Amino acid sequence: MPLDDATHRYTLPGATGDWEIVVGLEVHAQVQSNAKLFSGASTEFGASPNTHVSLVDAAMPGMLPVINRHCVEQAVKTGLGLNARINRFSRFDRKNYFYPDLPQGYQISQFQFPIVGEGEIVCERDDGSRFTVGIERLHLEQDAGKSIHDLDPDATYVDLNRSGVALMEIVSRPHVRSPIEAAAYVRTLRTILRYLDTCGGDMEKGQMRADVNVSVCRPGQYEKFRETGDFSHLGTRCEIKNVNSLRFIMQAIEYEARRQIDIIEEGGKIEQQTRLFDANTGVTRAMRSKEEAHDYRYFPDPDLLPLELEESFVETIRVNLPELPEAKRKRFVEVLGLSEYDASVLVADKDRADYFEAVIAKGADGKLSANWVNNELFGRLNKEGLGITDSPASPEQIAGLVGLITSNVISGKIAKEVFEIVWTEGGDPEQIVESRGMKQVTDTGAIEKVVDELIAANPDQAEKVKVKPQTLGWFVGQVMKATGGKANPQAVNEILKKKLGV
Amino acid sequence: MSDMFSMSLLEARDALAKGDASSAELTAAHVKAAEDAQGALNCFTVIDPDHALSMAKASDARRAKGEAGVLEGVPLVIKDLFAVKGVETTASSNILKGFKPEYESSVTQNLWNEGAVMVAKSSMDEFAMGSSNETAATGPVVNPWRAKGSTEKLVPGGSSGGSVAALSAGIGYGATGTDTGGSIRQPAAFTGLVGVKPTYGRCSRWGVVAFASSLDHPGAFGKTVRDSALLTQTMSGHDPKDSTSYPGAVPDMLGACDKPVKGLRIGVPREYRMDGMPGEIDTLWSKGVDWLKAQGCEIVDISLPMTKYALPAYYIIAPAEASSNLARYDGMRYGLRVDGEDLIDTYEKTRAAGFGTEVQRRILIGTYVLSAGYYDAYYVKALKVRRRIYEDFQAAFEKVDAILTPTTPSAAFGIGSKSKADPIEMYLNDIFTVTANIAGIPAISVPAGLDGQGLPLGLQVITPALDEETMFSVAAAIEDAAGFTAKPERWW
Repeated sequence: MPLDDATHRYTLPGATGDWEIVVGLEVHAQVQSNAKLFSGASTEFGASPNTHVSLVDAAMPGMLPVINRHCVEQAVKTGLGLNARINRFSRFDRKNYFYPDLPQGYQISQFQFPIVGEGEIVCERDDGSRFTVGIERLHLEQDAGKSIHDLDPDATYVDLNRSGVALMEIVSRPHVRSPIEAAAYVRTLRTILRYLDTCGGDMEKGQMRADVNVSVCRPGQYEKFRETGDFSHLGTRCEIKNVNSLRFIMQAIEYEARRQIDIIEEGGKIEQQTRLFDANTGVTRAMRSKEEAHDYRYFPDPDLLPLELEESFVETIRVNLPELPEAKRKRFVEVLGLSEYDASVLVADKDRADYFEAVIAKGADGKLSANWVNNELFGRLNKEGLGITDSPASPEQIAGLVGLITSNVISGKIAKEVFEIVWTEGGDPEQIVESRGMKQVTDTGAIEKVVDELIAANPDQAEKVKVKPQTLGWFVGQVMKATGGKANPQAVNEILKKKLGV
Repeated sequence: MSDMFSMSLLEARDALAKGDASSAELTAAHVKAAEDAQGALNCFTVIDPDHALSMAKASDARRAKGEAGVLEGVPLVIKDLFAVKGVETTASSNILKGFKPEYESSVTQNLWNEGAVMVAKSSMDEFAMGSSNETAATGPVVNPWRAKGSTEKLVPGGSSGGSVAALSAGIGYGATGTDTGGSIRQPAAFTGLVGVKPTYGRCSRWGVVAFASSLDHPGAFGKTVRDSALLTQTMSGHDPKDSTSYPGAVPDMLGACDKPVKGLRIGVPREYRMDGMPGEIDTLWSKGVDWLKAQGCEIVDISLPMTKYALPAYYIIAPAEASSNLARYDGMRYGLRVDGEDLIDTYEKTRAAGFGTEVQRRILIGTYVLSAGYYDAYYVKALKVRRRIYEDFQAAFEKVDAILTPTTPSAAFGIGSKSKADPIEMYLNDIFTVTANIAGIPAISVPAGLDGQGLPLGLQVITPALDEETMFSVAAAIEDAAGFTAKPERWW
């Protein structure tokens, strides 16, 4: 799996030649947890402002943080899912800065000793090709509250519901080489987190957001960087803060890369900066320069003991890890015989994969089920703007339908009619087929009778078939028409061939 | 019943148990005494007679039902650093003016659970930063003790100066304090009281306004070693709300006071004999050695070589933590707010008006030592010193069971005599006490005699982590031998 497959090389032409881009991402993923990282307050989304705020979250005098064990488990689980090293010793540090939505005046984070070290994930581009992105680290930290500036022309309001919510900051290596790869990386990461049930991954609800580091370089420089690990082969990077959708991530990278190229080509130098992406205009704006960067005065939080994990704690989580997308995809292909494409479509979304697994758990054929789920079901859901979890057709119903096809009770064509009934009216496919007389005619005697009648009525056509066997299809169509589509196509074919001697 | 104000806590407890007095009677008298003393001693931040009396009446009712706790009905004074639900809690700072917490600190809750009653909240150095109780927003606290033949107003020590001024004036039968560098033991020594700083983690910090989290130790004051033992024991216990709270059982500290000290090995650290230390201090220390020797202890000369680095390390670690801990006082959610032109201006005006000079100084020092480029040279180095000091004690405790030192390098000094000088001179007050905070090990100050001017002096006993029992045994032995009965002559 070449990392920099020539067919996926992304270059931007400039006045002075081609440019390439190098991207690293820091993804902030909200830990799936009912309670906050250091307090018992709820993390429920959408509550009235300042209703999920404990004394700790509001930083009342004398309040102390107590680590939420579940959040630690979730971080370890995520680390294992990212094929990363779990640090049995980690520590919480305070990142000090003043802002009204940061009640303590510091964020509790992990600076020097993160809970998870190096790992890597295999990501998939839209065309199904894959590339690997290194993970530098994952650490736990608190989210801040929310400052609301647009309720009043003069005042800023603060909502502390998010204050203290657990986040995992997942820092990638600069292994991402195009806007599409950046989106693919975030999408893959989200899929893994959702499989692990460690993050909801809903970017609209703020459950995931990314800081995107972008630099540009000449072709060949990146390879030198990968060989030596020496960052001086790469350009100066700018960090775009808090980008909250895949589309914006791609837009921001494109804009930022072009901006940097223009500056360099006009003889300027890139200044290391923190920038903001404006989704309305699609441009990035300078937020602060390196010189203006905060001095966060990190130091170990004396209110918390270092996090020391027992090996058994990590092992218990390891043995209980769910199957991850990459492994599931392999199994679908190798064990169930699915096509690479069908397997990828199914595993890309945990809910879809779960749905599919539920279908085959009822004993339905893998390949046929994949076909039905991916084409008929997803097609219909898409058309009606529904998610898989809102599907009117249950896995049991689809399994029933598929079972009727494989056991030759109905044809694929009838199955579509049954699906329509299941979708709009509900009901058990078998009963539907039974009660509405949709059963396929496999009684060869009955089919033979129809065939005989048709041959007798169309002698010219019968002669034609003997010369041009491809015209058999005309008879097939006539038989199906005469039987209301219920004749078993295979049986029809066989009988026709026998009778017509082809 | 002997005189209401000269009884010890244990005596008061007996009197209550026997029905010689009700808590309501005792509490009313103590509240009255507090009100009478406040003008001269300025040692309280809150005197709320209604609050005190309702607690006392509830206590009497419990006793009537046969539900008396260990401290049932006993009036206590509570340092203003402890959050008391519904009662103004300011850490003696303007920035928390008017702040009434909706919660109760774990330590005070433990006291109320055993029936204790709060007489008043006591003044302190602002945010516990000081050694003389001159930095309180409400002004200096005055020591009830005066030098023989002098009317000069002396400091009670700090930061828990209000608690000791009250208790040495006979108000309350015990008091809470906190000790970050000596803030319990030094004021205890200055007022002829017993001051206990237990092992770090023994008393929960939950609900105690933070100064320097890794050094802050809630603790207790008593008129006697036994009083202080019972109080400390009641305040102690594991608290799941404090991640640094010790999860093990609380030992029988009161019982330990009756254990003979015969055979114990007592260490005398040569590094505590400092140049320029008054002869009286040295003499008292020698007396202490003799008292323990006479009771069968073995005296061992020991070395704690890192001692001289303790104070510099302390004045890096404590301000560093404080600079972060005090960031929450930003005028946004509670306490003082002075509106400015914009957000930064509001922060600056609020914190300038809310914090006193000493607090500002320590925030600046702490911010500086944590800054990029200085962190390794100051903070990281100080942590290394901290580890070495801890190792010094560990090595010493291989050879001895307890360490005996003076508590302070001098007796109480005049108000204004040091606060206007170089701050370092004030910081030197903590020179004998600060090491136990850095190491997190238990230490107690026991009144052991008077200096030439008739002012009390204390001896300090330090023991290994979690061994409060030996500390109380040795302290009780010193108390017995010293026979310290002096009281400040009433002038207030």
